[in-house]
Amino acid sequence: MSAERTQGGSSAGSARAIDGGRFGRGAEPPSERKHEFSVVGRPLPKIDAWTKVTGETKYADDLVLPRMAHGKLLRSPHGHALIKRIDAARARALPGVYAAVTGADLPRVKFGILPVSQDEEVLCTEKVRMVGDAVAAVAAVDEETAERACRLIDVEYEPLPALMSIEESLAHPEIRIHEYGDGPNVHKSVALQFGDVEAAFAKADLVREDVFYYEGNTHLPMEQHAAVAHAGPDGKLTLWSSTQTPHYVHRVLAKALDMPAAHVRVVATPVGGGFGGKTDPFAHEIVACHLSRLTGRPVKIALTREEVFYAHRGRHPVLMWLKTGFTRQGDITGCHIKTWLDGGAYGSYGVASTFYTGVINPVTYKMPVYKFEGARVFTNKPPCGPKRGHGTPQPRFALEVQIDKAAEQLGLDPADMRRRIAAEPFTKTANHLTVTTTGLVECIDRVVEASGWRAKWRGWRFRAPASPAQPVLGEASEGAPEGGARRSEAPSEKKRGVGLACSAYLTGAGTAIYWNDMPHSGVLLRADRSGAVTILCGATDIGQGSDSILAYLPAEVLGIAPKDVHVHPADTSLTPVDLGSYSSRVTLMCGMAAIQAAERLKTVIAKAVAGKLEVGPGELVFRDGKVGAPEEWDKAVTFARAVELAEAMHGVLAFPGSYAPPKRAGKYKGGGVGPSPCYSYTACVVELTVDEETGEVELHDVWIAHDVGRALNPLLVEGQTEGSVYMGIGEALMEGQVFRKGVHKQPSMLDYKSPTTLEMPEVHTILVETDDPEGPFGAKEAGQGPLLPVPPAIANAIYHAVGVRCDEVPIAPEMILKGLERRRQGKAARVGPEKIPVFKFKEPLVVESAFGQPAEAIAVRPFQS
Amino acid sequence: MMRLPPFTYLAPRTLGDAATALAEHGRDAMVVAGGTDLYPNMKRLQFEPKVLVGLRGIRDLRGVRGSAREGLTIGAGTTLSAVAGHPEIAARYPALATAAGLVSSPQLRNMGTLGGNVCVDTRCNYYNQSHEWRKAVGFCMKKDGDICLVAPASPRCWAVSSSDTAPVLWSLGARVRLVAASGERTVEVSALYQDDGIAYLAKQPGEILTEILLPPADGWKSAYLKLRRRGSFDFPVLGVAVALRLEGARVGEARIVLGAVASTPRPADVAAAALVGERLTPELIARVADLAAGPSKPLDNTDFTHPYRKKMTRVFVARALRALAGLDGSGRPVEEVA
Amino acid sequence: MKTRISLTVNGETHEVLVPVHKTLLEVLREDLGLTGTKHGCELGECGTCTVLADGEPVLSCLALPVELAGCEITTVEGMARGGRLHPLQQAFAELGAAQCGYCTPGILLTAQALLADRPTPTRQEVKAALAGNLCRCTGYTKILDAVELAALRMTGGSRVGDRR
Ligand SMILES: Cc1cc2nc3c(=O)[nH]c(=O)nc-3n(C[C@H](O)[C@H](O)[C@H](O)COP(=O)(O)OP(=O)(O)OC[C@H]3O[C@@H](n4cnc5c(N)ncnc54)[C@H](O)[C@@H]3O)c2cc1C
Ligand code: FES
Ligand code: FES
Repeated sequence: MSAERTQGGSSAGSARAIDGGRFGRGAEPPSERKHEFSVVGRPLPKIDAWTKVTGETKYADDLVLPRMAHGKLLRSPHGHALIKRIDAARARALPGVYAAVTGADLPRVKFGILPVSQDEEVLCTEKVRMVGDAVAAVAAVDEETAERACRLIDVEYEPLPALMSIEESLAHPEIRIHEYGDGPNVHKSVALQFGDVEAAFAKADLVREDVFYYEGNTHLPMEQHAAVAHAGPDGKLTLWSSTQTPHYVHRVLAKALDMPAAHVRVVATPVGGGFGGKTDPFAHEIVACHLSRLTGRPVKIALTREEVFYAHRGRHPVLMWLKTGFTRQGDITGCHIKTWLDGGAYGSYGVASTFYTGVINPVTYKMPVYKFEGARVFTNKPPCGPKRGHGTPQPRFALEVQIDKAAEQLGLDPADMRRRIAAEPFTKTANHLTVTTTGLVECIDRVVEASGWRAKWRGWRFRAPASPAQPVLGEASEGAPEGGARRSEAPSEKKRGVGLACSAYLTGAGTAIYWNDMPHSGVLLRADRSGAVTILCGATDIGQGSDSILAYLPAEVLGIAPKDVHVHPADTSLTPVDLGSYSSRVTLMCGMAAIQAAERLKTVIAKAVAGKLEVGPGELVFRDGKVGAPEEWDKAVTFARAVELAEAMHGVLAFPGSYAPPKRAGKYKGGGVGPSPCYSYTACVVELTVDEETGEVELHDVWIAHDVGRALNPLLVEGQTEGSVYMGIGEALMEGQVFRKGVHKQPSMLDYKSPTTLEMPEVHTILVETDDPEGPFGAKEAGQGPLLPVPPAIANAIYHAVGVRCDEVPIAPEMILKGLERRRQGKAARVGPEKIPVFKFKEPLVVESAFGQPAEAIAVRPFQS
Repeated sequence: MMRLPPFTYLAPRTLGDAATALAEHGRDAMVVAGGTDLYPNMKRLQFEPKVLVGLRGIRDLRGVRGSAREGLTIGAGTTLSAVAGHPEIAARYPALATAAGLVSSPQLRNMGTLGGNVCVDTRCNYYNQSHEWRKAVGFCMKKDGDICLVAPASPRCWAVSSSDTAPVLWSLGARVRLVAASGERTVEVSALYQDDGIAYLAKQPGEILTEILLPPADGWKSAYLKLRRRGSFDFPVLGVAVALRLEGARVGEARIVLGAVASTPRPADVAAAALVGERLTPELIARVADLAAGPSKPLDNTDFTHPYRKKMTRVFVARALRALAGLDGSGRPVEEVA
Repeated sequence: MKTRISLTVNGETHEVLVPVHKTLLEVLREDLGLTGTKHGCELGECGTCTVLADGEPVLSCLALPVELAGCEITTVEGMARGGRLHPLQQAFAELGAAQCGYCTPGILLTAQALLADRPTPTRQEVKAALAGNLCRCTGYTKILDAVELAALRMTGGSRVGDRR
């Protein structure tokens, strides 16, 4: 299959167009398909929409079981301390308390999501590493009693110095947060080099070195984590939890509770927002199980909002140094990035996060030579982990702002420059990743067109006086600023600007979290004599609509309505494993598994119906709830009848579907992080106003074009895109997980600033379809990628408006005023980090660059047939 | 889930009963109106009253009486939504309608009262935190501790007066009626506050604020501007209330009161005096704005940096004056300026 | 100490015996089993727990049942009438305005109060009315679209047919 782009009738322009049938209907189906899609591409309501709008959906905290006790965790008030003594006797004595436990009552094992970072204790026994670490727990008749009992637990601590920043942790090797890692307080250090970067810089006409900082921030799902555990009299355990990864929770429960995994069942309840924050196994889940075993009652633990801030696993604060060589035409000759991640107190997904600050960068643009050095440092703060975009929004911010700076120096339109350097389809990157289809050029063209970029960018441009410190290429040829266009001379203190940025993101990680050869996603599809189809799949719906995808795809294959498909998700006793809702993997992976299972069912049904109708099975069409030959459609049988015929012939109709990504890992150590079946691409233009007196930024419009491969349901894709834009805006302008005096400065919904309707601009979503050969019906991801270009597009628009370079997010009004002040003083109008840590990365692993090598269209996948 | 500590709830029907109940229970009792300030504070264990005297059931505390010509009387139990939406207040005391309409979120304005807003507790980001958080960082003198974490060397508490309407009412020359079991009195709003984060109200615990009395509006123009991160939810971290009486083209009387930069609303009297007898020219506005920034002394215990809040005082005073002078055109959105 | 309180919720009057310090949110969810009302902070900072009291949006996490005796409370469970969804519910479902769905009940009720007051609000008015309801999933775009669509249908417009 070629990389031809089908321009499905994308919703050009406004995402507010709400008429049906915008998608799919207009899309030319690939020639081998017999008929137009009946489900794919249509803006259908999600299958769970009805229960959600009526309040019927049961989230974890809505569950109530008879005799249920309420649990509560006692958390450390110290950032770093040795535990000298814990005594829960007074708590146990409180009326209404069923059990009070400490770490000593639990198996002495450490756990963690990654096999290489088993560094968490359910309840800390010897040492606490952050304010909020759990040290004891209580189960009681109600939540108030449990809370009161927690306050009666006596803990004696010996405080240790708390290390609250990358610099502090590196400066104090004598104070060790953990004993393991790649150096004192260094959790992970990575160094990879693909080709000779120094030679690449020597060839460049312009070499830029910049330093950037991306503050940490958190997911802030509206639903606070909750879990209900029930240890039955039969010695088996069930946990209902608000989790994105029931399979991993299942594994960890068995380990942490020292129980056979075969006797543990984990059910993921509908998740009230995840964004990566419910992807780790958490202490409260394990403790609820343990308390249930102890008390013989169901136990619920629901976290408070403040506790959710401590559970965290959100965006890493990352300091970045970025050096890139450019030719006069804007081509990248080579790129070298160093990243320092503030990991917080535990490993979590940190090893992967560290890799992700480096390995995805070469996917967006042609980058022939690449070097990446990254280090994750432990600090005494809540652990960071995966948040929407996992490790990639930070370097994306750095790259896109730097490209904007380079474009200015080279006298290039930043849109043209990016268009020129966009990655080529079906090639490999320097670091051996396979790019299949890419719609980046089309994405750029579409947002440029829709936003009126050309006129706005030329007309409104702010031109900073050339700074003597930086060579300005191209400036001489371009001459003075366009006459009268400098809005800094306009009387108003409000200046308008536009900014552009692009990105790419993976559609599912190519490797599992623990090394294995099994499927990443599996489904079991059962056809019923009623004509209904039931699909069981371990995937968890966190609002993105994965349950609906599991209904749409079999419905499409079998020619029935999505309503005829019953979806049973995320129950480890019933559903085949799906690794979880992370890394944008669900639609592609469970989608492919669902299609495989549906095709298997279809084959069997076709055989049976063919016998009955006396035609060849290949002649049959499944459509409108019927199966028949198109020429003799009046003889077509209903789907229910077809199932009966097939069941009579074949026995019970239940078929598995399995999916594992193509094995494309680069053949070098570390090559396992980064590969993905395919990558989504995004381009974004932001238009905003900056108030030069207050530094306040007002966003007006965001145009965002996203290459989603194929929009299986455009409503869902638009929703993911709009939500990503929202989250990117928050990160760019106001969200920050900030600490002071050793504690989280603002662990509340009021003080942690999440944008309201009033901060939200109009979002114009444009969907670009590239029909990727790796995805289900050509689909790629949509849940994370569209966040990436938003922060840099905002920073670039601010520069365009007022000439201030913000090399750090969130961009507070104070920062913009500081930049303006510096300009007034004749200094460079830049705000951002001034220095990088003193840190010696290890010698890089040097690998030859694979840049530009042709990539196979479809790699062979395990379980493909 | 954050829950309330236990208490006994009294629901008096009359003001007299409420005052008696308060007197009877003394320090154990607190008044609650909308509860939008008190209940979150109680959930964080900043207050643990044994008895709550609810004012909701007292009809007399609700509603707006009088006219702008003679002066309006607003019942302390009137909700902020009602104040913001009251046509006469919006037309004749626009700064008050603006301030009430900018408090927090629509839902909170439906619940919160004007009286509660006048009496709202001072705030500090070392104080408005859970019990566990405060324990982790070390309790402060406002609750359970004995130092001020913002200014550790200081003998007093520096929590911030965070009411939107207080600076406005002060600038309008409003008075409040206070009723206790032992009697009642009417005081200027300017005399209701004192510069102390703990004892921020010059009011006896047994006194119930029953009415807010606005003087006649004739000839007065007013404006209120609020600085905060988001357009909703957030408390002011700077409020600028300006009221002017114009005599022809010249300023006859002027009051400028700053909110959220001290433990009390803070008048900028020198700046206001500089307006009197003058025409509102851009030059004068710039000079007055500079003067008004003088009394603005924020500390590092709210959102935004305190130097920024100080800097914005000048910008906001200038914008408020420009708006009143009709010189707007580049200022804040007009809805926020009346 | 428990108090007997009479609460009218979705047109039904309930006698509940609860400690007086239990908030409306807790009583709805824990005593009446009406778990459609959600919570995200319990401190008045997110709007998730919004219900209607006599038609006005209020925060159930900061309201005491004793203070609401005599009020008509509406929760999300009371929006659909006789098996027919409220036009807002219909529009939210059709347009994908509920992603994780956790903020949805509070937003639906706030929007219901808005449309009762202003049947044809401008987009800016919808934004202002919903400024006290945080949603982390949708970026509000589809929510605003859905409120506009419902308003249109409720006032007789028919831009889009029933797609259920
Ligand atoms: C998330 C959030 C955001 C907020 N944002 C803002 C904001 O932007 N601006 C702002 O100004 N406020 C804000 N508030 C605070 C509060 O909602 C308002 O100030 C509201 O007006 C308080 O009124 P109430 O009736 O609810 O007061 P209550 O909570 O009932 O009472 C507040 C205090 O005043 C006392 N009191 C109340 N009424 C009387 C009376 N009649 N006589 C004597 N004492 C009385 C009470 O004892 C209590 O100490 C916010 C609150 C929250 C939770
Ligand atoms: S739960 Fe957040 S406002 Fe009530
Ligand atoms: S839909 Fe998830 S928070 Fe709004």
